[in-house]
Amino acid sequence: MWEYTEKVKKLFLQPKNTGEIENPDAVGEIGSLICGDALKLTLKIDRKTDRIIDAKFQTFGCASAIASSSALTELIKGKTVDEALKVTNKDIAEYLGGLPREKMHCSVMGQEALEAAVADYRGEARPEADEGEMVCKCFGVTDQKIRRAIKENGLRTVEDITNFTKAGGGCGECIPRIADILLEVSGVKAASPKKAMTNIKKIAMIQEVIEKEIRPRLQADGGDIELIDVQGNRVIIALRGMCTECKMSGITIGDINKTLKELISDELVVEAQ
Amino acid sequence: MKEVYLDNNATTRVADEARDAMLPYLTELYGNPSSMHLFGGQIHRKIEEARAEAASLINAEPEEIIFTSCGTESDNTAVMSALETGRKRHIITTRVEHPAVLNFCKAMSRRGFDITTLPVDKLGRIDLLNLERSITENTAVVSIMYANNESGVIFPIEKICEIVKSKGVIMHTDAVQAVGKIPVDVKKLPVDMMSISGHKIHSPKGIGALYVRKGIRFSPYIIGGHQERGRRSGTENVASIIAFGKACGLAKDNLGIENTKVTNLRDRLEKGLLSACPDARVNGDTENRLPNTSNISFEYVEGEAILLRLNEYNICASSGSACTSGSLEPSHVLRAMGVPFTAIHGSIRFSLSRYTTDEEIGLVLQKMPEIIRDLRALSPFGRES
Repeated sequence: MWEYTEKVKKLFLQPKNTGEIENPDAVGEIGSLICGDALKLTLKIDRKTDRIIDAKFQTFGCASAIASSSALTELIKGKTVDEALKVTNKDIAEYLGGLPREKMHCSVMGQEALEAAVADYRGEARPEADEGEMVCKCFGVTDQKIRRAIKENGLRTVEDITNFTKAGGGCGECIPRIADILLEVSGVKAASPKKAMTNIKKIAMIQEVIEKEIRPRLQADGGDIELIDVQGNRVIIALRGMCTECKMSGITIGDINKTLKELISDELVVEAQ
Repeated sequence: MKEVYLDNNATTRVADEARDAMLPYLTELYGNPSSMHLFGGQIHRKIEEARAEAASLINAEPEEIIFTSCGTESDNTAVMSALETGRKRHIITTRVEHPAVLNFCKAMSRRGFDITTLPVDKLGRIDLLNLERSITENTAVVSIMYANNESGVIFPIEKICEIVKSKGVIMHTDAVQAVGKIPVDVKKLPVDMMSISGHKIHSPKGIGALYVRKGIRFSPYIIGGHQERGRRSGTENVASIIAFGKACGLAKDNLGIENTKVTNLRDRLEKGLLSACPDARVNGDTENRLPNTSNISFEYVEGEAILLRLNEYNICASSGSACTSGSLEPSHVLRAMGVPFTAIHGSIRFSLSRYTTDEEIGLVLQKMPEIIRDLRALSPFGRES
């Protein structure tokens, strides 16, 4: 069980400002059911003074996500929108007396929900929503979000970037890219950017690449491919349809090999059955 | 407030009888069973009695039982022995194995062994035809669990053994969750090696056993002195072995209770929760399931939050949610079963024991719907029908 502070436990069990404001002046939504945590923040704002009169939240997530959301609403109530925007994920974590390192992404979610709400209030596009390069497809994290988390929190390892943003916490495919970003932003070279891939992940990734990248290309020429087995780094495939008797099948297999190496791992070797 | 302990697939309370049996071996009977003097020698005899009790639980011969430190050691030993005693380099296992097998196989993969991890369907079942097709001339061992720790799904282990043995391949099963809960009879089951863990059957942690069928070639994992006939060296964990023997005897005597009282309580809990909580579903094959296990997903809420709310009433269960795992990845078992992420996040495993009472189940049935309602009211996705 996680070591939570008394403040986290209290705000989890008796959260303040729960629910949804009727006719809110601002709505900020972050996360999803699939990701495992989500936060919907609604604000009542005095448009003359720009002051946040009321803030309520709805959170799907763990104890630290709920406590972070509650902390956020407490921190921003009574502040002007500009003042509220200065509240960072660090402020949320400090208000809670700290969060386990692995749960810091919950505080980041609070900060992002606030920014989304303010953007909604101001009629602006949500910052970072779709901007930048999508680095972590599992959790939908862009390079901009990673860069910002590194800068604002002084992150020095890939593991911490995962703790703060969730990036790299799924299939792990993006970990080398996260290490590159860490190097660019902070000059820190990650010790081992490549995460060891499990067989299950490897097979899933191979299937995905075949489905999305390779099969459409072969089908365009009346051919097809079947994944027969993955044994260690040996990927055993069978060509189907027009590819079966094609004299260029050697080149096709070479191309498949190159694609899998590029997108998954240099160590993969494709063999035709 | 006494705990309502429904996390027995993680570990169990030590039976009073097992504790009482072991205490003298922690105090006055401290001799080394390998010693030549009578003070130690008498302990050796008690170890052999415990071995006979452990063997009896699965209808094995005493000399087919090797005491180990835990289920993990038994699993590692079994797979390694199969690899060491032959020249074949292929291991077959499943995607839903305990990490003791799955991660060991991954480690072997890094050493150049080929691993096939069989998928399961949405009810957590494996395809026997797929298993049969996966066995090659290079297959050294098939390691498939008897029953799954998270879903409680019992694999058709007799059929699996028949297929594997018909191909002349070594068959190991991790029966840590099955032994003591359902009848296991190695005389009827053509299995070569079987792992058992003490702390899943009300003996202390740190003791396990590996059944190795007579005549099967064996290579020890821990090498040293002559203990366990050289099959598992190291001075015996005497007190725990005595407790384990006692726990095995108790488990055998209580198999009927596991399959009646415990099943009835589990079913009462499950039906009660499903009728009181909308958008809840049972994960796994309910037709072939351990009598004590129920894995239920409560959609729109998150598992760690449920567990911490249950904790307020001293109710202990577990979850496949990512937030309880220390990583960001939820249960590999539920993922392999294709349970949607939305349901995995809110999955709770209740695992009962023969010590579970009607009152305890009543308390869970009283508190759980309220907890789910509260958390859903807090959730942007929550809804009540």
